[in-house]
Amino acid sequence: MYKYDQYDQQIVDARVEEFRDQVKRRLAGQITEDQFKPLRLMNGLYLQLHAYMLRVAIPYGTLDSRQMRMLATIARKYDRGYGHFTTRQNIQYNWIKLSDAPDILADLATVEMHAIQTSGNCIRNISSDQYAGAAADEVADPRIWAELLRQWSTFHPEFSYLPRKFKIAVIGAEEDRAAMRLHDIGIQLVKRDGVLGGRIYVGGGMGRTPMIAPEIKDFVTADDLLSYVEACLRVYNRYGRRDNIYKARIKILIHEIGADDYRRQVEEEFAHVKSLGLDPPKAEFDRITAMFAPPAFVAADTPATPFVSSEVETPASAAGVSTALDANGDFQAWRAQNTAAHKQPGYAIVTISLKPTGGIPGDATAEQIDLMADLAERYSFDELRVTHAQNIVLPHVRKADLYAVWQALDAAGLAPANLDLISDIIACPGLDYCSLANARSIPVAQKIATRFADQNRQRDLGELKLKISGCINACGHHHAGHIGILGVDKKGTENYQLLLGGSGAEDTSLAKITGPGFDEDGIVDAVETVTNVYLAKRAEGERFLDTYRRVGMEPFKEALYG
Amino acid sequence: MDKSNTPLPLAGGAGGGPVADAPANPADSPSPNPSRKREGDRTEGDEPAVTLDAFLDSQTNATAVRLEAGDDARALLPYLDRIALVEVSFPTFRDGRGYSAARVLREAGYTGELRAQGDVLVDQMPLMKRCGFDSFAPQAEIDPVTLEAALTRYENVYQKAADGRVPVWALRHG
Repeated sequence: MYKYDQYDQQIVDARVEEFRDQVKRRLAGQITEDQFKPLRLMNGLYLQLHAYMLRVAIPYGTLDSRQMRMLATIARKYDRGYGHFTTRQNIQYNWIKLSDAPDILADLATVEMHAIQTSGNCIRNISSDQYAGAAADEVADPRIWAELLRQWSTFHPEFSYLPRKFKIAVIGAEEDRAAMRLHDIGIQLVKRDGVLGGRIYVGGGMGRTPMIAPEIKDFVTADDLLSYVEACLRVYNRYGRRDNIYKARIKILIHEIGADDYRRQVEEEFAHVKSLGLDPPKAEFDRITAMFAPPAFVAADTPATPFVSSEVETPASAAGVSTALDANGDFQAWRAQNTAAHKQPGYAIVTISLKPTGGIPGDATAEQIDLMADLAERYSFDELRVTHAQNIVLPHVRKADLYAVWQALDAAGLAPANLDLISDIIACPGLDYCSLANARSIPVAQKIATRFADQNRQRDLGELKLKISGCINACGHHHAGHIGILGVDKKGTENYQLLLGGSGAEDTSLAKITGPGFDEDGIVDAVETVTNVYLAKRAEGERFLDTYRRVGMEPFKEALYG
Repeated sequence: MDKSNTPLPLAGGAGGGPVADAPANPADSPSPNPSRKREGDRTEGDEPAVTLDAFLDSQTNATAVRLEAGDDARALLPYLDRIALVEVSFPTFRDGRGYSAARVLREAGYTGELRAQGDVLVDQMPLMKRCGFDSFAPQAEIDPVTLEAALTRYENVYQKAADGRVPVWALRHG
């Protein structure tokens, strides 16, 4: 994991002091709310329906147990005892007092954390593959590149007042677990003739005009990376529209001038920018790389580690597992659904689902956050990840320890065996919290999860990514849902449109609207209807998405409206 | 837009330093320290800046040019050696095109005065300075104490920019 040195720490400490001063000036009336807004937004502080919301950055979704415990502490000390993990691998707190915000940032700074650029028209927190450094199919750890980009983008003097927000994702595998091509810039690490480089996609995004990013450059090496993205951003800052907030994202610019013309201008700018010496030396890349070195994995036959949590009572012995456990259906179901292949023999990647039936997707209590920190410290080389699907990952767990981990999770309500199933729903906060929302998202997610609560039924439906947004801004990624739901305001009542066929994976596609929308209960029925069509039409081995792509929209429309 | 404001020249080198006097219109905010106003030796400040179009069309003898936010600063590159002042307009603090304009000019070797004019707020000025601005003509008054704190707050920066500051990656591997 990346560790701050004196320079990183000084910058974050200075930010705390700066924000404290800005809040003081605002509370004293020296600056107007209009002038304060971009300052607080640059620090992730939003004024929502009921209170301020603070979004804390978790760079590329990676954190250690000490940082995770601080997130629990903040939930207890300044909020109502819980936090909400977001689709940008961050966490947000929904009940914050403006006057507390500087103290929260000061607390965060003690564990190398901050809220810098988690909002505003600037380069946002860099996101990445939650399985980075652990995935069996990875060519290189994308977090090294993401950390280079984090530093470069932090308080970037030229790109802090862009036409609109700017999101960058980096992945290191063929399988895309980060919706890379739905970002303003998506970077996929690839190897060519033994040399590592990045394939650069620019101009993707969701929101009201969803677009899949075209490839702009097939190969950029790490020593050109920052100059290249600098050129990408400069062309955007020059030409991006500022007359209409809804047309200000880079995807609109590239759509209007075309990928070829954009590429030509970036190349021209890059030729100039490269001469300025903006790229750090290889020694800096190597310094960061060393901090992401693989942990000291142990041989596969070493005995399991018993778990003693400070928070949760667990059955005493988990050693000598296997035979007795094979009978334990819940554990086996969880293991089959929520673990993934690790590159190191004897290890697995564990996803902790924050999607219990009837719960709020992505929410975790302070006690749960502490428990996950304990488990990471004990079983996962002190590392956790936040996923864009609002779950938590323990990236490096020995297979021999899986039962102990599951027991502890299960006791804390953290063992839903539903990763990538229909109840593993992405949902934005919606009208329950958000001042932009047109409709509530959370109750719809809860009702759908409850409707499909039967585990066997969920497993039979297989991989089915359902994503809900409470307004057209698409924070709940409905465009990328195998099933997407968009809440709209229809003459003063909440109405929900149904979309089918989206994907945020390597087979990126945008979902299409089925037809007229539904009311709150109607949308739950509609989801059930389309899953029934799938069950009736599916061929052997097909996921919902595969069947939809093969048979098209018509059979689903017929069942919904026919 | 009132262009009669006395610009704030920036003193000090990299890392910021004391900044001259109150920014506002001298008529309603007389400087407490007239000796630092530099008005007498700022002839370029007295010459009205011409628009980019006018400069390119017929007035290439002008030494002061005003760039609106949408103007392409690259059009000035052939003439940099004869320009003494470029004033870059910020119609609203949200419009960040002027940051790129400043860097383009500095990266091309422009050494004259580069002034940020308009909706220029204290919290934006450190970034503007990093992009190469060396004087400011804000519409609204800026508290000099707040400004000095803003300009000196960050001891370290992550990027190389137009202000000559050494980025942390160079300090790490110097």
